[in-house]
Parts: sequence; C-alpha cells; structure tokens
Amino acid sequence: MQSGGPLVKIRDLRIEGLAGEAWLPIVKGVDLDLARGEVLGLIGESGAGKSTVGLAAMGFTRDGCRIAGGSIEFDGIDLVAASEEEKRSLLGRRIAYVAQSAAASFNPAHRLIDQHTEGPVLHGVSTQQASQEDAMALYARLRLPEPESIGFRYPHQVSGGQLQRAMTAMAMSCRPDLIVFDEPTTALDVTTQIEVLAAIRDIVEQFGTAAIYITHDLAVVAQMADRIKVLLRGSEVEENDTRAMLADPQKDYTKSLWAVRSFQRPEQPPRSAQPVISIAGVTAGYSAATDVLHDVSFDIYPGQTVAVVGESGSGKSTVARCITGLLPPRQGEIRFNGAPLPASYQNRSKDQLRQVQMIYQMADTALNPKLRIRDIIGRPVQFYRGLRGNELRQRVVELLEQIELEPALYIDRLPSELSGGQKQRIGIARALAADAQFIICDEVTSALDQLVAEGILKLLDRLQNELDLAYMFITHDLATVRAIADEVVVMKDGNVVEAGPKTDMFTPPHHDYTDLLLSSVPEMDPDWLDRLLEERGVDNIGEAARISPT
Amino acid sequence: MGFLTYFVLPLAVLIGLAWIGRAGFRSIPGPFGAVFRAMPLTAAFGLAVVSFYILAAVAAPAIAPYGESQIFDEFNLFPGENPDFLLGTDQLGRDLLTRLLYGGRNTIGIAFMTTALAFLIGATFGFIAAVLGGWLDQVVSRTVDVLMAIPQLIFALLLLTIFGQSTINMILVIAVLDSTRVFRLARAVGGNIVVMDYIEAAKLRGEGLGYMIFREILPNAAAPLLAEFGLRFCFVFLLIAALSFLGIGIQPPLADWGTMVRELSIYIGYAEYGDWQAASLPLLPAAAIALLTVAINFTVDWMLDRYSGLKD
Repeated sequence: MQSGGPLVKIRDLRIEGLAGEAWLPIVKGVDLDLARGEVLGLIGESGAGKSTVGLAAMGFTRDGCRIAGGSIEFDGIDLVAASEEEKRSLLGRRIAYVAQSAAASFNPAHRLIDQHTEGPVLHGVSTQQASQEDAMALYARLRLPEPESIGFRYPHQVSGGQLQRAMTAMAMSCRPDLIVFDEPTTALDVTTQIEVLAAIRDIVEQFGTAAIYITHDLAVVAQMADRIKVLLRGSEVEENDTRAMLADPQKDYTKSLWAVRSFQRPEQPPRSAQPVISIAGVTAGYSAATDVLHDVSFDIYPGQTVAVVGESGSGKSTVARCITGLLPPRQGEIRFNGAPLPASYQNRSKDQLRQVQMIYQMADTALNPKLRIRDIIGRPVQFYRGLRGNELRQRVVELLEQIELEPALYIDRLPSELSGGQKQRIGIARALAADAQFIICDEVTSALDQLVAEGILKLLDRLQNELDLAYMFITHDLATVRAIADEVVVMKDGNVVEAGPKTDMFTPPHHDYTDLLLSSVPEMDPDWLDRLLEERGVDNIGEAARISPT
Repeated sequence: MGFLTYFVLPLAVLIGLAWIGRAGFRSIPGPFGAVFRAMPLTAAFGLAVVSFYILAAVAAPAIAPYGESQIFDEFNLFPGENPDFLLGTDQLGRDLLTRLLYGGRNTIGIAFMTTALAFLIGATFGFIAAVLGGWLDQVVSRTVDVLMAIPQLIFALLLLTIFGQSTINMILVIAVLDSTRVFRLARAVGGNIVVMDYIEAAKLRGEGLGYMIFREILPNAAAPLLAEFGLRFCFVFLLIAALSFLGIGIQPPLADWGTMVRELSIYIGYAEYGDWQAASLPLLPAAAIALLTVAINFTVDWMLDRYSGLKD
C-alpha cells in the first residue's frame, strides 16, 4: 500500500461554480503537494477557495461545482477519473473529513460510539467489538472524560469541544492516510479551542497521519501546520514552511494579513462624572426558575468603549437585552444619564428608545432584504425626527458619507447587492440615524474577514471621536478588545468576574479566570501551544483547567 | 368525433399557442426575455390558458353571440345541429357557448373576489398572531383549528342554510372558511420572519403594528403568499362550482359552470345507448373547470420554483 511519491498531488486544479446560467471560476489553477505525515495549513479570507481545494483533495466537489481542469492524485490514484464506487471505498477508510460544526455532522439520533464504528465495520477494516475497544482507546488518547462510557452518550449530551474531539476520533477510526480539517475550532471558545488543538496535534503526530488544516486564523495555523499555503480569490499567493512564512512573508498580501490588528485606539479616560448608561445590580433570566445574570453592575461613560468579554453562555448578550428592554430584569435597574429607564421597551418613550441603539452580529439578518438602503437608513430619521422628502434624502446622503460609502452608488441598492463589510456599515448608519449617544455593538466583527473587520473597527473609532459616542462592545475576541476598548468587563456564568481599564486588564496580576482567558488566545508563534501545554501540564489544558468564579 | 372536435383540438391549439407565445417572448432581449428563456413548457401552457380565460371572462359581453339568459325556441340542440348555435342549446333554449363564456366570467370573478377576501382576513390575522404571540395567538390559532376540523363543504352548506342563499353570503362564508388555511401559512411564514434581527430593530425603534406588518414582514412573505394565492384560488373555484352543482351556489339566471354541469348531467345517460356526443356534453363546463385548475397549478409551480429556495 505504501509507495514512494507524495500522498496528495494536485496540479493546476481549476474548479468552477454555477452562477445563474454561467460557470464562474472558483479555483484558478492551484498546485498542492502533501507528503505522508505532513500537516499543510490552508489559509485565506472567505471566498478564497480554501474549503473547495480541501474538499477537492478528497476528490469531492460541492453541489453546483465542477472540476474544470487539472489533476488530483491520491497515493497514485487519479481522483478526477475515479468512479463514485472507487471514491466511496477510499472515503472514510483512507481519507477522512472533520467539519467545522461537529454538532451538525453527528446524527443526533444515534450514540457517538455507534457512529464511530459504522465506518470501520462497513469498510471491513474491523469488527464491531474491536472497533468499539479502539474507540475507547482513542477517546482516552484525546483526553475525553470517562473514555469507557462517553461513547454511549448521544451527541447532545456532550459539550461542543468534546464533540469536536469525538469527531476527530471518528475520523481516525480507520487509521486514514489523510484527514481534512475544515475550520474545526472556529465555532469554539478560546479555552475550549486549546484542548481540541492539542488533541488534534497529538493524535496526528502519533499515527503519522497527513492532514490538510483549513482555517482563517493565522495564530491557529501557526500551531498546527508544518507548511502554510496562502490562497486569495482562488489562486495561490505563496507557500513556505511555517516558521519561514511567519518570520519572513514574501508577498504584500501575506504581509497585510500578518499586519492586521495593528490598529489600536489610545485609551480614553472618562470625560464626565455622569455615566451615560449605568447597569445597577441587574439580575435577570429567561424562565422563572433560573437566573442568567447575577447582580451585574457596571457603568459606561460618554465617549468611552466598554468591552464585555466572556465565553458563550456567559450572559454578555443577555446584558444587552436587559439594556434594550427586550428582557426586563427581575431585580436592579438600567439608568440613562442618571434617570432610570422603564424595564420593558414597550413602556419606554420614543425618545428613550432613540437613545439606545444596537448593531448586530449578522448583518444578513439585521437588514430587511426587501428594503432599499435609502429606506433602511431613512426610516429612523423619518420616525424620530419627522424629516421628509428632500430633507430626508439629504440626511441619508450625509449618513452614507459618514460610513464611507458613495451615496449615489449605494442609496438605491438592496442589502443583497452589498458585501458583508458594506452591510455591516449600513447597520452602523442605521444606529447613527437615530442620533443616539449610546450604541451596543454585539459581536459586530466576528462574522467578517480580518481585513474587513479592521476597517469596521477603524470606522467605529472615528465616529466615536467625531460624535462623542459611547459603545458597549460585546465580543469573545480578545484581539478586538485590545484594539478598541477603554474599559473591559469580564463575565463568566452571569457574573462580572473582573472589570477595569484596558491597560490594567492586560497587565498581570489578573483574576484567575481572566488569566485563563487571556493565556488561551493563540499567538502567532509556532511554539506557543507547546509552551502553554508545558506551563499548564498536559492534563490541565482547557476544561480541566477551568477555575470556578469567586 | 365530438370529443376530438371539442376537447383534443382546443387543447392542442392552446399548447401550440403556448409554444409559439413562449418562442416569441424568448426572442426579446434583456431580463424580460430571460424570464421566458428559462420557462418550461408547462408554465408557458399554464400562463397561456390563464390569460386566455381572463381575456374570455373580461370580454364575454363582446364576444358572446347572444345575451346571457336569452331564450330561443330551439332547446336541447346538440352541437353542430344548427350553425347558429355552435355548441347547441340547453333545456330552456339558451345558447351553450354564450352560457359557457358568461359562466366563466361569473365563476372566475366571484372566485377571485372570494380568494382576495380570504387572503385579506387570513394574512392579517396570521401576521398579527406572529408578531404579538402570547394569548392572542393562542385564541386565534385554536379557533382556526376548530374551524378547520369541520369538513369545509358541509360547513359551507350549513352556514348558507342558516344565513340564506345569496351571492354575497356565499362569498363571505367561503372567504371566512378558506381564510383559516391562509392564516396557518401567514402565521408560519411570519413566525420565521419575526425572529430576524431587523424585526427586533424595528421593535426597539418603537414601530407600530401596521408598519411592522406592511413594511417589514409583508415584502418578505410575498412570494410564498402569492404562490398560495394561486392554489387557494383553485380550491375556492372548485368549492363554488361544487356548491352551484348542489344548487346553493350561484343562482339562475346567472350562468356558471357548476350549475351547467348539473343541468347537462342528464345527458350522461346517453352513453348507455352509445351516443357519445350527447353524453360528453356535461364534460364541456367540467373540462373548462379542470383546465383552469391544471393551468393555475402549472403557473404556481413555476412561480414557487422561481421565487423560493436559495436565490432570494
């Protein structure tokens, strides 16, 4: 079975996608070589074609795509010419795939171990009994808790990080020669990400499996890959060994990727003694029995940005819902410029509603797809200020200029005719249209590519300085916090763990949980993960290292 | 022979018209022509038939050879017996071609009004239930469940007996009964829309119910509702025809297809004696009903295919 040459050899791969009536190129002539036991990192922005290339290495194309030219060889087998039958015998047995969403990739109606053993038994690699024992060994190797019994749970009974590790174990079940990892940790919190990264790297090294690791996160790929290939709009930009690539990128595009997050807003001291929004002792929950927030208090001053950070489930979005009045708190109150706001938005006056504006994470669902930009931005202006006709148009043009979009070009467009970053700018303009002093930004950059996200952060910063706005910035991304925050509030399980000015938060000593959070953010240093594992001890990565809040 | 003349031939002509029409529109450059270039023959046929019906319904007074309830001495004429009466006459001596044209005008017009009314009621309540939720949603939804549990035709018969037969009453009863199904759809579609962030943004802006429904929700729900309108129209149309057939739908002297089927149904007995031409007479209005139903379904299928899915 073993032969000389590279395991995967792709030459001049061209893939096209069907758009309406025409085939448009998605991948424009990419070469790829992968030796046995080697890990190749594929990076690029969304639309760069990295997933398409990764899937093509398995001989697979998505619906509506076709291989227009080039060759794909896996261990000497021509995958372009191979029949479905031949590919089926390879997939799962010699080539495996780990998807971004493990929750969506497991069948919720079957136990983990039954899904694990299906492949080996079907391919005749192993028997049910042997495969089950192997699964338990793999679970132990991947440091899943209770490896003998965890496999007998259903997917919803384990956490997201555990599920992603179980998925990796499943990919290993036939001891494949190649595993394609498609953004396996993108949907996970930083503290969970670490344990999955460590587990993947450990098992890939142990079995000498070759891997293609697709991600948009440079710091992650620095930990995982031996070699890095950078893609841009379906073409290769450059490829080099990880260390050489990190130390000395050759192309301008790669340098710009490396340089992002250079933007940093100088920390502003509070300009006024009176907070614009103050959250005082708020306790709230969605059902009568349980509280999601426990006695949360913090203040936001005019012209300042308060970043609220925490993992998913920490209650940071719930704070926003309390401030907007969508979720009336059980105890405590929200004060605006010193005066208490009615708990529910339904009891707030038009002017009180105007004062609290929101920008959403998903610009796709935040803008009505059937309304034109002029109506989306114009409606708050018309609603709050009663402007009509020419005056209204004038104001919309002004707002579009503020968010750096050419008014004549964009005023009559529909949201579907804008890019992701442009949509997010429209969301910002809608919040500005209300002339509010306070804006809640709920993960506004997490769905965007890094370069686009940086543009949005700069825009928000400029508007803040010009209009003296106060932001509450909800995020799980600590790099964003570093760039834009004046004050930081760290939340865990509905409690404020630590709060204070940014410089204090990023210099030790920290609260234990803040420390865990900060040290879990991957750095652009190939030795970072090794160092961290050494510091924490192999058994103390991720969840095991969790410290309960005090 | 009669079957060939009166059914197969017109059908072939319609299909041919659809083919030629589509070919003609296809040659138009630009986005208007592109719609037709991507159109399957079934949809072209459906559109051709529907336009043909609408034309006939609107222009009935102009193209019908005689008055709607004009009575002649020659009754019970078979098609082709007298060149003055192309399709023959009925048992009272009224020209069948005239009755068929006016019947289409009445039935289609009334069915359209009824469907529009059903949509007005159903969609309004559906969207309100979706936006407000809570006890109001529960009350309206459960009431609709009860209404839907009772067989529609029997319920309509019962209500018409209670309120008395008139065209207005019939329109109201059918519209209310049919609005339950529209309500279900509008509430489901609306329910998917109200969870969107742009609805939350509108709520937090302090917008009223009217703006919410007509500016934020309706434009996003238009495609599925429009498709449903076509299907609903068919069902309403069939229900009116059924009620007329039973004698409590559209009343004489107004012509309508359901009543015509009933009145001509006596001829079915002629099949026993091998007189196929006479026996196929009641099939004339019945086929008119069937053809329209099929055509609308073709059209709606195409619209659903075009306006749903990932494109929008």
